[in-house]
Parts: sequence; C-alpha cells; structure tokens
Amino acid sequence: MMASSYNAKEEDGHHSGSASHGGAAVVKSKKPDNTAFKQQRLPAWQPILTAGTVLPAFFVIGLIFIPIGIGLYVTSNNIKEFEIDYTGVDMNSACYSCAKNFSWNSTTSCLCTVDFTLEQPFESNVFMYYGLSNFYQNHRRYVKSRDDSQLNGDMSALTNPSKECEPYRMSEGLPIAPCGAIANSLFNDTLKLYYLEANGTRNEIPLVKKGIAWWTDKHVKFRNPGGNANLTAVFQATSKPVNWRNPVYELDQDPENNGFINEDFIVWMRTAALPTFRKLYRIIQKKSSTMPTLPSGKYVLDITYNYPVLSFDGRKRMILSTISWMGGKNPFLGIAYITVGSICFFLGVVLLIIHHKYDTRSTGADIPN
Amino acid sequence: MLRRIFNRLLGGDERRVDSRTIYIGHRSCPASEAFIPPPKFCDNRIVSSKYTIWNFLPKNLFEQFRRIANFYFLIIFLVQVIVDTPTSPVTSGLPLFFVIIVTAIKQGYEDWLRHKADNEVNKYPVKVLEDGKPVDKDSEKIKVGDVVEVKENETFPCDLILLQSSRDDNTCFVTTASLDGESNHKTHYTVPDTEKDLDSLSATIECEQPQPDLYKFVGRMHIYKSNQEPAVRSLGPENLLLKGATLKNTQKILGVAVYTGMETKMALNYQGKSQKRSVVEKSINAFLLVYLCILLSKALVCTTLKYVFQNKPGQDEPWYNEKTQREKDTNLYLKMFTDFLSFMVLFNFIIPVSMYVTVEMQKFLGSFFIGWDKDFYDPEIKEGALVNTSDLNEELGQVEYVFTDKTGTLTQNNMEFIECCIDGFQYKYHDSSSELDGFGVTYGPMSKLQQKAGWEREELFLRALCLCHTVQEEKGFIASSPDEIALVKGAMRYGFTFMGLESKTMKILNKNDVEMYELLHVLNFDPVRRRMSVIVRTRSGDTLLFCKGADSSIFPRVKLEEVERIRMHVERSATEGYRTLCVAYKCLSAEEYEHADKGLKEARLALQDREEKLTAVYNQVETGMSLIGATAVEDRLQEEAAETMEALQGAGIKVWVLTGDKMETAKSTCYACRLFQRNTELLELTVRTLEERGRRREDRLHELLLEYHKKTVQDSPLAKTSWSVGNQDYGFIVDGASLTMVLNSSSDSNTSHYKNLFLQICQNCTAVLCCRMAPLQKAQIVKLVKNSKGSPITLSIGDGANDVSMILEAHVGIGIKGKEGRQAVRNSDYAIPKLKHLKKLLLAHGHLYYVRIAHLVQYFFYKNLCFILPQFLYQFFCGYSQQPLYDAAYLTMYNICFTSMPILAYSLLEQHIGMEVLLCNATLYSDIAKNAMLRWPPFIYWTLLGVYHGLLFFFGVRLLFGNLALPDNGQVFGNWSYGTIVFTVLVFTVTLKLALDTRHWTWINHFVIWGSLAFYVLFSLFWGGIIWPFLSQQRLYFVFANMLSSVSTWLVMILLVLLSLLPEILLPVLRKPRGPHARQVQLKQTRTQTLYF
Repeated sequence: MMASSYNAKEEDGHHSGSASHGGAAVVKSKKPDNTAFKQQRLPAWQPILTAGTVLPAFFVIGLIFIPIGIGLYVTSNNIKEFEIDYTGVDMNSACYSCAKNFSWNSTTSCLCTVDFTLEQPFESNVFMYYGLSNFYQNHRRYVKSRDDSQLNGDMSALTNPSKECEPYRMSEGLPIAPCGAIANSLFNDTLKLYYLEANGTRNEIPLVKKGIAWWTDKHVKFRNPGGNANLTAVFQATSKPVNWRNPVYELDQDPENNGFINEDFIVWMRTAALPTFRKLYRIIQKKSSTMPTLPSGKYVLDITYNYPVLSFDGRKRMILSTISWMGGKNPFLGIAYITVGSICFFLGVVLLIIHHKYDTRSTGADIPN
Repeated sequence: MLRRIFNRLLGGDERRVDSRTIYIGHRSCPASEAFIPPPKFCDNRIVSSKYTIWNFLPKNLFEQFRRIANFYFLIIFLVQVIVDTPTSPVTSGLPLFFVIIVTAIKQGYEDWLRHKADNEVNKYPVKVLEDGKPVDKDSEKIKVGDVVEVKENETFPCDLILLQSSRDDNTCFVTTASLDGESNHKTHYTVPDTEKDLDSLSATIECEQPQPDLYKFVGRMHIYKSNQEPAVRSLGPENLLLKGATLKNTQKILGVAVYTGMETKMALNYQGKSQKRSVVEKSINAFLLVYLCILLSKALVCTTLKYVFQNKPGQDEPWYNEKTQREKDTNLYLKMFTDFLSFMVLFNFIIPVSMYVTVEMQKFLGSFFIGWDKDFYDPEIKEGALVNTSDLNEELGQVEYVFTDKTGTLTQNNMEFIECCIDGFQYKYHDSSSELDGFGVTYGPMSKLQQKAGWEREELFLRALCLCHTVQEEKGFIASSPDEIALVKGAMRYGFTFMGLESKTMKILNKNDVEMYELLHVLNFDPVRRRMSVIVRTRSGDTLLFCKGADSSIFPRVKLEEVERIRMHVERSATEGYRTLCVAYKCLSAEEYEHADKGLKEARLALQDREEKLTAVYNQVETGMSLIGATAVEDRLQEEAAETMEALQGAGIKVWVLTGDKMETAKSTCYACRLFQRNTELLELTVRTLEERGRRREDRLHELLLEYHKKTVQDSPLAKTSWSVGNQDYGFIVDGASLTMVLNSSSDSNTSHYKNLFLQICQNCTAVLCCRMAPLQKAQIVKLVKNSKGSPITLSIGDGANDVSMILEAHVGIGIKGKEGRQAVRNSDYAIPKLKHLKKLLLAHGHLYYVRIAHLVQYFFYKNLCFILPQFLYQFFCGYSQQPLYDAAYLTMYNICFTSMPILAYSLLEQHIGMEVLLCNATLYSDIAKNAMLRWPPFIYWTLLGVYHGLLFFFGVRLLFGNLALPDNGQVFGNWSYGTIVFTVLVFTVTLKLALDTRHWTWINHFVIWGSLAFYVLFSLFWGGIIWPFLSQQRLYFVFANMLSSVSTWLVMILLVLLSLLPEILLPVLRKPRGPHARQVQLKQTRTQTLYF
C-alpha cells in the first residue's frame, strides 16, 4: 500500500577496529562510538504517502466497506423491534390513573393493562427490555453511590457500607443492604406478556429471567455474603433500601437468583451511559423451529405499576426485539459504512483523475529508483 | 555573643569600605597607632552546593513549585484533595509527584556530587605557617592573613599574595588552566623587599574588596621595619596567586591569604550564567495560554449549563438521586464555585503535566546525539562536540543570524611568519610555501639582500622581534598570543634565537654570539592600545625601547616619512589576508629613562585608577619612535571554512563577521571564505570613508547611511520578499569607531534613526563585516540584531575570551575548542572542535531537533484535546454532573503509558529528511525558518484536527449507543463501556496518527508504536480481569473483554479510526509539493528550488 524501501545504511566502520578497540580500552578515548544508534543511522523503513500509494488504498477501503455496510444495513432492517410507552401521561392511556395516583406509602400495587398488536411475527429468540427516558443513571452522584465490596459479599462492608452510599447508607440505625442510590432506585415494575388468541383467551408467554446479566457480573462481581443459603439470617442486621417494598433476600424464590445475585438487580446496577436507555428484562425463548416465537396478533401487557417517573418528566417503555450477530436494531452502522465506503471510492476516483491529468510528471519522479 | 554581633557589624561596615586591611600572620604592627581588631572575613569554605540535608526538602520543593506548570498542577491536585471532585487526587497527583520526585532525586544527586567536591576542596590538607613552622590544616580553616605554604603542582587553596618563592629570581610559575583555560605558564612575582625570614616580617596589606575580574587586582603593602619609615610596595595581579591555579616549576612558595572561600576570584566567577530560554518554550507558553482559556471557558460553560439544567423541575434532585446532607447545607455560591473547580479538574488533562516531562526528556536525551556524533570528532584534539545546555537544541534549527569571530574561528589561529619589510624593502623567507605569489620571486634569504637595507637595520629589526614579546622559553615557546611565537620563530629562521629570560636578563643567540639584555620594563599589550613595548638595557649601557603593534596604533607615533615607505607594504600584506604588525624602536637617553622609570613605578604603585595612570605613562613613553619595519603573519583559514559559510548562506542564514582585526585583513578573509563574492558590492562605513571628503564625520555618516539605505532597501524591489534574488549582492563593512558613532550619536533622536537605518542596511546585505571591534561592541551588535524587529534568532560562534560576551549575549552561543584557551567553550551552550562542524550542527542536527520538538509539542496539545473533548461533550448527556467518561486508570495512564513512548521515540529518532539530504540541500533549512512549525496556522490546524477527532469519537460512539444491546446475546452496555470504547478508539487513532507522521521507522519506532498499542490492550484486559481489592469500585470489571465480544463495537472502532485518519492520509497527497521528502528532494532538487522562492 505504500511506496517504501528498506534503507539499511551500512555502518561505515570497516571492522579493522579490533586492534584499535584494544587500544581504546587502555587509553580512554573521547572518540564517540561508531554505532548505528549513536550516529542516528539505524536502518529505517521510510514510507511515503503519495497519490500512487494512497489511490489503491482508497479503492480497497471503498470495496471492503460498501459490502459490509450493505450487510449491516440489511441485518439491521431484518431485526424486528416493537416498542410501547406505558408511562401513562396521556389521559387515555391505560396507566394514567396508576401514574397519577402514585404514592410511596401505598401498600397495594397499582395494576394496569396495555393492549398492542404485532403486525409481523418475531421468528427467533425475543428479548424483552424496559426502557427509561430522562433518567440520569449516569449522574456522578448516582454512579458513585454504590459499594462494590458489599455487593461482592464482603461482610465488613455489609455492616459498614462505604461513605459513597450517602444518603442511602444507613436507615433507622441499620446499614442498608444493598446501599446507595442505584440500588435504592431499582426498577420494580413487573411486566407480564399474554398472547390474546382469537377466542379471547389470554395465553401467558413464559419469560426467562436468567441470562440477562453479564456472566462475569453474576458469577464473580456480585456475590451474596456467606453463600446463597440462609440469606435471611445473613441480612438480619441490615435494613432494606428505603424505597424497596421487600428486603434484598426476598427478591426471588430461587436461591440462585436471590439477594445480590438477582439478575434484575445486577442489570440495574450496571449504570447506563445516556439518560435514555434500555435494560434487558426477560428473554422469550424460541420453542420450536416451525412456530415463530411471537406470532403476529394481539397481545396484552400486564404491568404492576410501582415505579414513578413523572416527577422528573421521565418515560417508561417496554421493548420487544430480536437480536442478530450485530446486536439490536441500529441502522447507523450500516449507513455509516456505506457512506464512508462511498466517500473513499469517490475520493479514489477524484484522485485518479487528478493524478492522471496533472501529476504524471511528478509521480514519475516518485517511483523509487 | 555580643562581641560577635559587634564584629559582624564591623564587618558589615568594612564591606562598604573600598579596601580591606590584612595583617600578615595576624601580627599587630608596631607602627600602627592602634591595633584595630581584624574584621571578620569569611572562612575558606567553598560552598557550591545549594542544599543541606535539613533544607533540601523545603527548598527544593519551593524551587520546583516556582515553575508555573508545576504550580498549576499542584493547585489542581489540592483542589482535588479539598473539593469533592469527579476524579480522585491520584489521577493528577501521581504524575505530578512522579515528576517532582524524579527532579528532586536528580537535583539531590547533583547536589550530593557538589557536596563531595566541596568537601574534597575544603578538607584538602594545606600547610599554614604558625610560629614559623608549617602546621597541617584543612583547607577550610585558612583565615585571611594566614601565611600558606604551597608545593609544586599543588593548587592554591585561596587567593594569595606571593611573599616568598623557592626560585632565585623571586618569581613563580602558575597555570590557570582550570580558571580560564590558558595552559601556558604565567610568571608571578614576589613582593619586592619582603624579608627572607617571614617570622620577623611585620606588614599589612591594603587591597580592594573582592571582585570577580581575574586579571585585576590593586593593593598596597606596608612593611614595617624597626627604626625605619614603613616601606610601601604596590601589589598588582602579578603578585596575586588565584585559588584554582596550579604552581608549576617552582618547589614551593609562601603566600599570605587575602581572599578566602566564597570571596576568592574563582568563587566569584562561578556564579553561573543566566538561563537561556528557547523560542519553542515561548510558543509552548502561548499555546498553553490558549488551552488554559479553552479550559476555563469549558468549565464556565459547564457550570452555567449545570445550573440552568438544575432549574428544570425535577432535575436538581430527583427521587432516585437525593443529595447528601452536606450538599444540601452548602451555600449556593460556594457550590457554584466548587462546581467550577470540579469541572476544571475534570478537564485539566488538556494541559498535560507529562508534556513538560517529555519535552525535558527529549531535550536531555536528544542532546546526547550531538556529543555522540563522530563527525564532530576531531582527531587533533581528540575530542568531540560538547553540549553544555540541552535547552537550546531546537534553537539550532532556527538560526537567522550567525555572528562569527575571525581569528581562530574562520581562521586556524595557527600563525606562520610569512614576510617582513624593513625600511620599505620586502623580505620573504625562502622556504615559505608561497613562491607562486608573484612578487616573492626576487626576494631571497636575508644574507643576499644586504643591498636592500642596511644590515644594522636588519639586525635591529630582528633584535626587536627577539626582545619585544612576552614569550617564555621552556621546551619550546609558550605565550599567550600565537602571533608572538610566530614572530620569535620567524626571527629564529633568520639567525636570531631567543634563549629565554633569566632573572631579568634576556639572552639572544646571534649566530654564535650570545647577546644579553637587561629587561627593565614591559609595557603590556592591551586591546585598546593595540601595542606593547619593552625597555631593555644593552651590555654597552644603552637603553632601548622596542615597540610593536597594529599599524593604526604605531603610525601616529613615528615619523611620517618612515610611514610612507612602509604603509604600502602593510596594506598589501593585509589584503593578502595576513596579520600585520609594525615594529618601532627608540633610544632612551638617561634622563628620558629616569623620567619614564619614575613614571612607571609611580603609576604601578597607585591604588586608584592604576590602569588609567599606566596607560597615560605608556602613551607618554611610546612617542617619537622610529619605524623599523613590519611583519606579516599568515593565519590559515579553517578547514572547509568557505564551504561552511556558503552552506549557511544557502540556508538563508546571514553571516556577520565580528573581529578585532583590521579591515583589510578581515576583508580578505571574507573573500577567502566566499562571504563576499567577486560581484558583491561593498558598502563601507569606516573611519576612512567617513573622513574622505574632509567634512565633519557626523554629516558624512548621515549622508552615507542614507545613501546605503537607498541602495539596499529602497532600490532593491525584491529585498522584502527574499534575500537572495536581488540583482545585486551587497556586503557591508563597518568598523568599531563608526559603529560607536552610529550607536552613540550626539543627539538622541539621531541615535534611534541611525540605528534603524543601520539595521535595515545590514539586514539587506548578504554579509556584514564588522572590524576593529572591542569585545563589548561585539555583544552590542548581537544585542542590536537580537532586539530588532521580528526578534531573529542569533548565534554567536567564537573561540577566545574576547568572544565570551557575544557568546553569552546571543540566543545560542557556540564555542570552538581552539587555541585561545577554554573560556569561550566554558561559556558556550555548545562547543565544537572546528568551524566546519557548524554546518552539520545547524543544517542536520538543528533542523531535525526543531522538527522533532515542534511535532512533539503540537502532538501533545492535539492528543490531549481529543482526549478531553469527549469528556467535555459527555457533560451534556449526564446532567452536567462532572461524571468522567473514562475510568480513573485510563485518565492517569493515558499520558504516562499509553501514548507517551511513541512520541518520545519519534522525537528522538525522526528524520523526516535524511541527514545527508539535509546537508546537501542547505535551502531545506529555510523551510522551517521563523518558527514555521509552531506558528499559529499549524497550531490551529492541529487544534482543529483534535476537535474533529474528539467530536468524531464521541458522537460516533453516541450513535452506536442508540441501541444499547450491542452483543449478540441481547445484554446491554453501561456507561463504562461507552468510555472504554471512546478511549480505545482514541488511543488507536492518536498512535496511528503518529505512525502516519513517522517518516523514519527504525526498529525502536516499530517496537514502541505497536508495543504501546499491545500494552494498552493487555493492560485493559488485565485491569478488567481482576477484582482489585484496593479499589472501592470495580468499574471496569470485564468491561473491555465484553466490549471485544461485540461485533458492532469492533466495526465502529475500525470505522472511527479510519475516518479520523482519512484527512491525514488525504492531505499529504494533496499538498505534496510542500512536503519535501528525501527521494523527492534528491530527484527534484532543481525543481523544488524554484518552488521555494
């Protein structure tokens, strides 16, 4: 790709110096050593960028990028994604009353139901996300408000959480477990999905709640203090986060998914990069090779509305999406690749024209001798 | 205690008095009315070290934090410690303390070495006379007034007045090699009439307060003898033995200490030279200011927006993210201020502490290449180049004016007697090499030329040559001036051999006879008088004065008709490039001698204005002489002097020759060096042209200046655009006297006007020759040019003590390791063995250093701009909460580990154009003239590039994060993944950008560039692979590995790196003619040359 030549300069000492070397050892001479390094004569590769070398590069980049871009674009377009906002801002929306009448003190949870229709069937595994908007999970005060050693099962951190957790560190004289603002604001809406068959019966769609968190987080970074058994006893001397309804050891019945290693909790603890974000909630596994995972038709989403977002003008969404090798649906990559590839190709053509019209003389000189 | 204070007060008083009184051997003097307790002088301890164990830490820290950059980083660090800031104090503290500690260790080590050297000197055993017996003492215990014994080859422990010498003739020999580098033996004399038995000597010395001039000393000794009037003897520099000098050829001497410790002349001379700052540093400071403004405005913008944002309902304190009690309690304005500081801290990496470290390291390590260059090795003196300061490496690539000395710099200072002229008849030695010289044909050896001048005159002339000098005979001749040796050797060839000086008797071997002369007085040479004389008495009792000196100083003192006979010869010799001296003599009658002797002795005894008085007597004695003849001594050109000068001029450097020599000689040297070409029109502004038309000098000066100005500036249409295209080359010649008139004109308004005219004329001439310059005038000229418009970079090169002032004055001072001692070398920034080495030093080394450091500086600013810009942009997406985008480890390591080594290797090894090509094409040097790579346009280009990269990184990843489900298992990435992706793209782009700029890939470059990328990847995997117990948050746990598991991330990283580098690949192609490359240049040499102008 580059016109280059290996310019190994011969050291010009004629190796007759063996005798004089002996002499130099006796009489300390100030004569500088004749080494390639000290004489700045290290053999060197001296590439030059010229039109002749850059031109093919542009064409090659163009030729590689455009197909990749097309592939990405097609892949992204093939990904099915469905999104529904259930915040309940609008008077007509199902969750309006739940959103309106939200109170931290109410003991009963508010339920609402949203109907929607999938126009196209979702063939492969479907991933169910919840999305939040205008929620600054990346706020500095929020991001640092956690105690990773407590979450790692450290006993001393359990009883004495890090100062960073303030003001969610102690409650009623007891240390909060898990402490900090992130844990305290754990997303606690419950979503249930039903397929509405033609006859009106609701078929609950099984939602898998394992495999939604990073494997390393689930198995190494997050650990229950003293193992997964007997969580109630371990968390005896701690207090639940102020906004939680249940203590941490009652997050799930499954001991492999309870306490700090509850996957919903782990997913929440990975703070999002931007104020609008989605987090993986459940996975809908494909059952048979013939049936689509989610056939087109009518669906019902049952929401246990526990999580207030209106106070900071936030939004809540439920997202169903299939996933490809490049992840979720994102047309940006494909478009970018196609654009850059085309620009490179175009530049290559322009350069070629310039090259041929004006520069024949100088490029003739560029060819290394 | 009180007594001590009293003494100190007295001492303080004493210091204000112009002289000090010393009691030899601390004995009170019988005759003095009252014994005044001797004031306290400082002891003989030499303290060159800066620190003690106790004050090292505070003093060193204080000195280090006086540097503005260090202070800035300290402030940032303190802010981080005190205020709740987004990044931990470690991120900025670690680099800062690394720098501070390394510097402290280096300075501590250097100081330890100084302590050791001090101790060696201070504990050196010396013998001090106590009650007539020598007692061993440490050198530091010597007090003023002690009588010290020094043996042969020992150095003097303090400044001593010589009282007694083991030599019969009351002299001793010393060398001052360690003081001023002159290795010849100098004779010092005992004070006359001191007793042989020092025990019974009772005397006081009254001398001036310590002063640094090595060659000046005025004092008086009162010798008290019982029943006699106290005798007074004058003391001069010939009686003073300086600390640091070595006793030679003398078994032992006794002397009384007059100055001790830090008051010795040596100590006073070692107070360091002023620090020179390079222009690059000024550019750095200017850029720094810009970045500081960027930093402040960024912080200000973020703070303002933060409070605007928080005013929106629900955003200041949403339920999920409540403030701590302390935050709630803080005053709003204080909070605003701390927020501002926090943003400052968050963005402070834009001004990197590591840049200072890298620049320092680059300069320090880079300077080794000069010392290592074997092309600078001179087999004759067995030495290579010497680097005294590494701060100015890049300045070597920016030189616009070279001021060079003539003698010893352009010429070899290897004198050879060529010819002489006696009574107007020319003699040329038969064997001398220049038989082709045209007029040398008819002149044979001396013996055949008796018809030319009377043999008495010839012999008189040769005797004069043998007698009128200060040469010592000691296994060959030793003298401070090579001219004298050449003359003495010349006389020897004609049969008059100088045998040496023994107790005031000079012996001359004339064929077979030995002639003896009693040396009565030596009227020393000095550059103002430009002549020296001796007064001798022959066997027959006649008193003769022989004088030799420059024609201008001799001609007015001899008869006019004699001048006419010789002037022509002198001028012809001078145009040949020879150094001419005129020889005159005078018979002194007994009365005349009496008068002169009295005058000289009186003047020598004078305590005040001795110099002036002596000069007056000298001038009085040296009158009415008769001219015998003139000598011509050749001073050969240095090897490749002409080629070097041509190369420098080709590089667009203007060469000025500043010399003390006379105009004709200097002019011929200039022609020989091709500074003046045959077609160069010479403009002369000398005493001769000024007096031409018999008008007032001032008027004529005015006229000439205007005329020359018109010629050079107004009439040459291209003069402004370029220096070499003008149809006519001009050479300008000015002499010292005219220069004085230009610079110190009678009226002030004229002075500045003349100065301007003078400068403009000079700047439009290809070469300027300033002759008859005093050392101080040389410095004046340099200063004049240095401070002229555009403040050009000046370089002075010289070899002698008379060049020191201009070497110190110029931006870069180069010393030549010549024959005139080492003073120039010691005061220079770089020392080279020969003039010819200047070419490579400037054209190759200087050029490369400049390109390297300029690229280093620009690159550093660039890479930190695109490092911090995404972090700034991130604030808009995290509610202006000062959330850092990158993990603390990345913030800290970015400048230290990930991106520092490639640029350091680049800045040490890069040769964008090969050394040979640079040497062959001097014009390439002018490509980078005027700080071309560190001016605003390139800076703006780099800044825009940084902004472009920063924007691209941030928004590219932002678009990727439009859907957070990036891996193929549907899981999502968080904020640390975002930062890590941006950071990875950043590290790769910045490193590959450098790789694109590298034109000279040695294995080191390969190793360092690919190595640091590999290191980054491995470090990231490692850093995220372990739960670090010392970290409170495991932010990066498996973030990097997870990032690599996503195909989209890979694709976006490749895309962004490529897109960032696209303009970099495109630009060199589009502007090819302006980026000369080795082979292009070689092949298109003629073409490019037309392009440059």
